[in-house]
Amino acid sequence: MLILRRKQKESIMIGDEIEFTIIAIEGDQVKIGIDAPKHIDIHRKEIYVDIQDQNSAAASTEVTLLKEMGIITEK
Amino acid sequence: MQLQTKYLGKVHIDPSTEIYFSAGLPGFEEEKTFVLLDMSHVDSVIFQTLQSTTTPSLAFIVVSPYMLTKEFEFELDDGTVEGLQIENKEDVLVCTIITVHNPFNQSTLNLKAPILINTHKRIGKQYIISTDTYATKTPLASFVDSGSKENS
Repeated sequence: MLILRRKQKESIMIGDEIEFTIIAIEGDQVKIGIDAPKHIDIHRKEIYVDIQDQNSAAASTEVTLLKEMGIITEK
Repeated sequence: MQLQTKYLGKVHIDPSTEIYFSAGLPGFEEEKTFVLLDMSHVDSVIFQTLQSTTTPSLAFIVVSPYMLTKEFEFELDDGTVEGLQIENKEDVLVCTIITVHNPFNQSTLNLKAPILINTHKRIGKQYIISTDTYATKTPLASFVDSGSKENS
């Protein structure tokens, strides 16, 4: 991982379209501003991971369980 | 064409009904094409399956949230409106992924990240709602009046 030291109001460019700016440093929190093209989705990581986990759980539903519950019928 | 599905065995699908997810789905980023197939009716609610056309064992069980509640509202960001080429509201089909538990009334709905499909352009996306209004594990039971369900 690349580690850079930045002060308040300083920025980092990722490629030529994505810019991170340190807006404020308040105690143990850092406020970050992000400028990126509209087609790039930006999420807090824990939320993205929660959705990945939820999708994995949903996709692991066994066919037999659904048959037992009558959600699908035997072919 | 013939498609091997996870829940419905082999089915015939019209290739023009395939839905393209340019970013895949979170956790399944490599899965780009799916079809939406009717699965079954339970108490007049239609359950469907979002089946990968490349991986037979990958399928989600989905339901329209509006079959369960009228109170499901969210705003789309500009990037999503553009990405899905949405021109008006009627272009968009919304469904939510169910995480099935046994018994079924313990199942949960992912209202935080609904699946949006532009039914005309056949493109889709799992959209993450940026507000904290909805949860990834909303109990299915919270929409069902259990008393009336048992009597019916």
